[in-house]
Amino acid sequence: MGLLSDPSRRKVLTGLLTRLNTPICIVCYLAGIVWFMGLAFEPFTLRTYMSENAMGSTMVEERFSSGERALSLAKEFDAHKRKAGGMPVEWLVKAMQSRGLEVFTQSFSRKLPFPDENKERYMVRGTNVYGILRAPRAPRTEALVITAPCSPGNTNNQAVALLLALAQYFRNQIYWAKDIIFLVNEHDLIGTQAWLEGYHHTNITGMEYSPLQGRAGSIQAALSLELSSDVITSLDLVLEGLNGQLPNLDLANLFYAFCQKLGVLCTIQGKLQRNDWDTAEGYTHAAQTMMLMVLKQACGRSWGDHGLFLRYHIEAASVRGINSFRHYKTDATTIGRLLEGMVRKLNNLLERLHQSYFFYLLPSLSRFVSIGYYMPAFGLLAVILLLRALDLWVHLGAPALAPSCHCFSVSLQPSSPGVLTVLTPVVISHLTGVALYLLPVHLQEMAVEHFPVSETEAVVLTAIAIYTAGLALPHNTQRYTHRLILMQFILRYMFTLLKLTALLYLAVLLGCTALINFSLGFILAVTLVPITASITPHMPKALYALVMVLLSPAFTILYCVFIYQELIEAPVSVSEGWMLFLSVISQGILDHALYGSLVYPLLALFIYPCWLMFWNILFWN
Amino acid sequence: CEIKQLSDCLIRLLLDRRDGTRTSEALTPAAAARDEFQEELVIRPLHSGDIYASFQFRTLWDTDFLQEGQKVSHYRLFPKSLGQVLSKFSVRELHISFTQGFWRTMQWGQPFIPSPPGAELWVWFHDTVSDVDGNWKELTNVLSGIFCASLNFIDLTNTVQPSASFKPLGLGNATDHRFLRYATLPREIVCTENLTPWKKLLPCGSKAGLAVLLKSEKLFHSSFHSQAVHIRPVCQDEQCTSKAWELRQTLNVVFDLYTAGQGKKEWSLFKMFSRTLTEACPLATSSKVYVDITDNPELFELSPATPLLSQAVVLGDRRTYSVFDLTRAETFGQLRSLNLLLRWKGDGEMLRPLLHAERYVAGFGLQTGEIHTVIYNNHPYRAFPVLLMDSVPWYLQLYIHTLTVTSKSRDNKPSYIHYQPAKDRHRPHLLEMLIQLPPHSMTEVTVQFERALLKWTEYTPDPNHGFYVGSSVVSALVPSMVAMNTNFTQDQPLFSSFVPVKEESSYFVRVYTEPLLVNLPTPDFSMPYNVICLTCTVVAVGYGSFYNLLTRTFQVDEPSLPLAKRLANLIRRIRGVPLLT
Repeated sequence: MGLLSDPSRRKVLTGLLTRLNTPICIVCYLAGIVWFMGLAFEPFTLRTYMSENAMGSTMVEERFSSGERALSLAKEFDAHKRKAGGMPVEWLVKAMQSRGLEVFTQSFSRKLPFPDENKERYMVRGTNVYGILRAPRAPRTEALVITAPCSPGNTNNQAVALLLALAQYFRNQIYWAKDIIFLVNEHDLIGTQAWLEGYHHTNITGMEYSPLQGRAGSIQAALSLELSSDVITSLDLVLEGLNGQLPNLDLANLFYAFCQKLGVLCTIQGKLQRNDWDTAEGYTHAAQTMMLMVLKQACGRSWGDHGLFLRYHIEAASVRGINSFRHYKTDATTIGRLLEGMVRKLNNLLERLHQSYFFYLLPSLSRFVSIGYYMPAFGLLAVILLLRALDLWVHLGAPALAPSCHCFSVSLQPSSPGVLTVLTPVVISHLTGVALYLLPVHLQEMAVEHFPVSETEAVVLTAIAIYTAGLALPHNTQRYTHRLILMQFILRYMFTLLKLTALLYLAVLLGCTALINFSLGFILAVTLVPITASITPHMPKALYALVMVLLSPAFTILYCVFIYQELIEAPVSVSEGWMLFLSVISQGILDHALYGSLVYPLLALFIYPCWLMFWNILFWN
Repeated sequence: CEIKQLSDCLIRLLLDRRDGTRTSEALTPAAAARDEFQEELVIRPLHSGDIYASFQFRTLWDTDFLQEGQKVSHYRLFPKSLGQVLSKFSVRELHISFTQGFWRTMQWGQPFIPSPPGAELWVWFHDTVSDVDGNWKELTNVLSGIFCASLNFIDLTNTVQPSASFKPLGLGNATDHRFLRYATLPREIVCTENLTPWKKLLPCGSKAGLAVLLKSEKLFHSSFHSQAVHIRPVCQDEQCTSKAWELRQTLNVVFDLYTAGQGKKEWSLFKMFSRTLTEACPLATSSKVYVDITDNPELFELSPATPLLSQAVVLGDRRTYSVFDLTRAETFGQLRSLNLLLRWKGDGEMLRPLLHAERYVAGFGLQTGEIHTVIYNNHPYRAFPVLLMDSVPWYLQLYIHTLTVTSKSRDNKPSYIHYQPAKDRHRPHLLEMLIQLPPHSMTEVTVQFERALLKWTEYTPDPNHGFYVGSSVVSALVPSMVAMNTNFTQDQPLFSSFVPVKEESSYFVRVYTEPLLVNLPTPDFSMPYNVICLTCTVVAVGYGSFYNLLTRTFQVDEPSLPLAKRLANLIRRIRGVPLLT
């Protein structure tokens, strides 16, 4: 702490930091990237282990045996679904009642802000059916949820049938300590959202729903089941939920433990685990798996029905059956046993799942990277912004002492016009952000009237148009500044101040984002940090403008789309990628409106305006 | 003013049933011995296909030991452990129940004697008691020992004094609720260790009579289990010339046909209890088994059939019972054992009980929440008032200004509200309201709360499990479907005579809602070590250096001159010329 009191040593340190600023920044950036890529390297990661005692050593014996019956039930369900042309509510109610459950229904309706072209829906009307298996001698204080979406077409019949078969089997067991809710929801996430809002009597997304009649206390955990074939080759575990929230790692451990026990192939991000971590392929495989998780988490949407439960502090995961061309098949009985085992273990829980990690990345199901290991990667990137800010701060302080001789009157009051001029670009860029957030949805009718496009296209194109129009703004602010102040020195002072503000702003933004959703924060930091750290007005304008645009948030999304497609081994051409990019934007806006995902408002209201401030700096003079 | 009068009137209507007690006491046979013991089992097939068995054991003790100067040392049928407790703590009335499970009103209808999940204890003390709280504390500890239960966890933070919901069921006109204490332990788990001491209170123990059926391995293999002890003063005879103490031990259990029946829809005493009946308790004056056959023959078939039938109006409904009198030898037949057999025929449907209540916590996050209590009046055309009592622990800080009562989406103003706010760490919230339920309606009572942050030693060992809020209690006089028979005769079964009835047109019902499990903001308890290390470091480094900076005086340091100059200055000073700098 001698630093604070000793001016000469302080001077030496700041001198060192300003002199070596650029090399240090470059080293930090590279170190951040290398650290992040190193996370997927197996010797650097930890092996997963079950932290929760109640689910640990006591292995349960699985006795579920009616897989065949479930499959015939799936055919029956399919027939009734076709006949009803949607969810066969009455049949389901009867089926659940005959299995000894207390059955309730909930109807809901939701008008989307604009038509969803991916799922072809606009006015959504549906019914959720759920049956509660009351645990004997339990006072209705705790519950578990098993949900299976009733999807249109041929998909997911087996999941609903397995759910019913499990309900029948569970009803005959006496060991339940928690009520079990079997939920069949219509219109996938919208139905789940309606049910959850009904259960917790909240209304956060403007959904219309009928109140629930039956409840079972506080829900401890939920499993969502997706199964579309009679036999499967592997089970995929989906963890990424709304806003990048993840369930407790113990849930993943539980799934992994039962897959190991029953000899079921299990994957995460659709990728099997490899044992050869010391080869290049092995490492690449783990890195790809982790990158997929990062991309999925960063986009902040719910990747399965489970994702919406997380907001309510209910640990949830989706289990998805995959049927590929592999030889080794698993039948419905085994999947039933796996679920039985998982539910029984969850039933044993004495407390909510809380022992294990909530913040983690998974390079494979048996290895995890905890928050303590991945945060330094982000920290190394974020420290660049702080170093640059420190550098600017020092520069801002130093000339203010020296040139007082030739800047007689102005140097005494640089702060009063300074604050104003910094405020102007800040306010203007944020107003652009607000426009980007509000206008696309609100102007869709007008856009549809004047242009030959559909509503969805109108929304997306308006968003892109506003985004692009925002780039034209610097000239406007420049005129303001010209009128106010003419002197070269003051101008330089201003841009330094603006850049300092913008750097600190970005650092705070990214820091907060990374705390909540590491992946999003990291991806934004990787693209935004280099250009924002190096930008000044004294650069070749055209070249740097191009670089800035290429590293802007929108292009980051575009790159993510391409990388994602590459990683799931479904590479796309440029035009397909563009279409995907458009649909990703519309999905992002829809997710925000339907489920309250925060990525779109974050990008529109904060990240994009912040980026515009740097764009402003480039065109300062 | 009018509203106040109305509410007073309604409360009186609801609660003032002292005369009724007197009437119900008619069933005591005047000619029999002064102390007596009766036992009874009611079996009632429920619409859901489950089966409800309710035991009642009633011991009458002809003494009045609360009188001054009277020392009681002779106990015949009455358990001495309880008698001593009654006299030592000047208890006027004591009701204690242990329940594992939740009574499913929607499927099972109303129970004969309702009880909330966990343990419930309410006691009226004699009005000569000066230190009620002290007596209460000692009493709970003693009862905790007698029943092997955690009743010692009852303290002032979970005890309330309801002003209207719990009135004495026995003789006496105590209405001053200062002598009433009510507490629930919703977390209490009931198991074998509570059953054994309960059985020991019976005159015959579990050696003879109906109590042989009480085998814990079967009783706890059920959907619902509740055991209770009720002690109150009653009249010894019709004219009520002398008082007696009544001890009623009840045990209610619901067996699940679905899980234990293995698909077969038939039931017998042996299947239920793994025993059959061979004799009555020799000490019992009456020992009977009732089987509710009102729905016979549509729903099930009973064998052996008995010619003895009895009709009783229970909970506003006229029911017919087959009666098996265990004191008569022919009941047991040739095999010298009685094994009742029930064979189901049809399928039941959901019931629509006239009064039904449920409760849940709305909202998400760990800061605030909202308690919703929903009360259903399913009567097609009659409105009736109910008393809602809510006792909420202090760590849920209720915002009483957010209290709303709505029926049929219109504001329903309660005619009587008694609210006692909580004191942190000292006493819970108590909210009592008299609400008029419109016919065929759903009334929703909501109140918002904030979750308190506890001190770190106040958390339970399993804080992430959540914290329990006891059931709310809905007491009501529900309009009866059939005319009540207030003119009790001798063969009135025990189960129909617990709550005294005054009016013919309505019957008293108490409904308990489910308890709530609420999560409070919980720190990560593995963190304190890290936190201590971190704070110590920050304090040591940060505070030390800042203190140093703040207290130090700063001076500009004169750069010291080189050695040659200093030597020159020494010479100059001697010479008296100006010094070099």
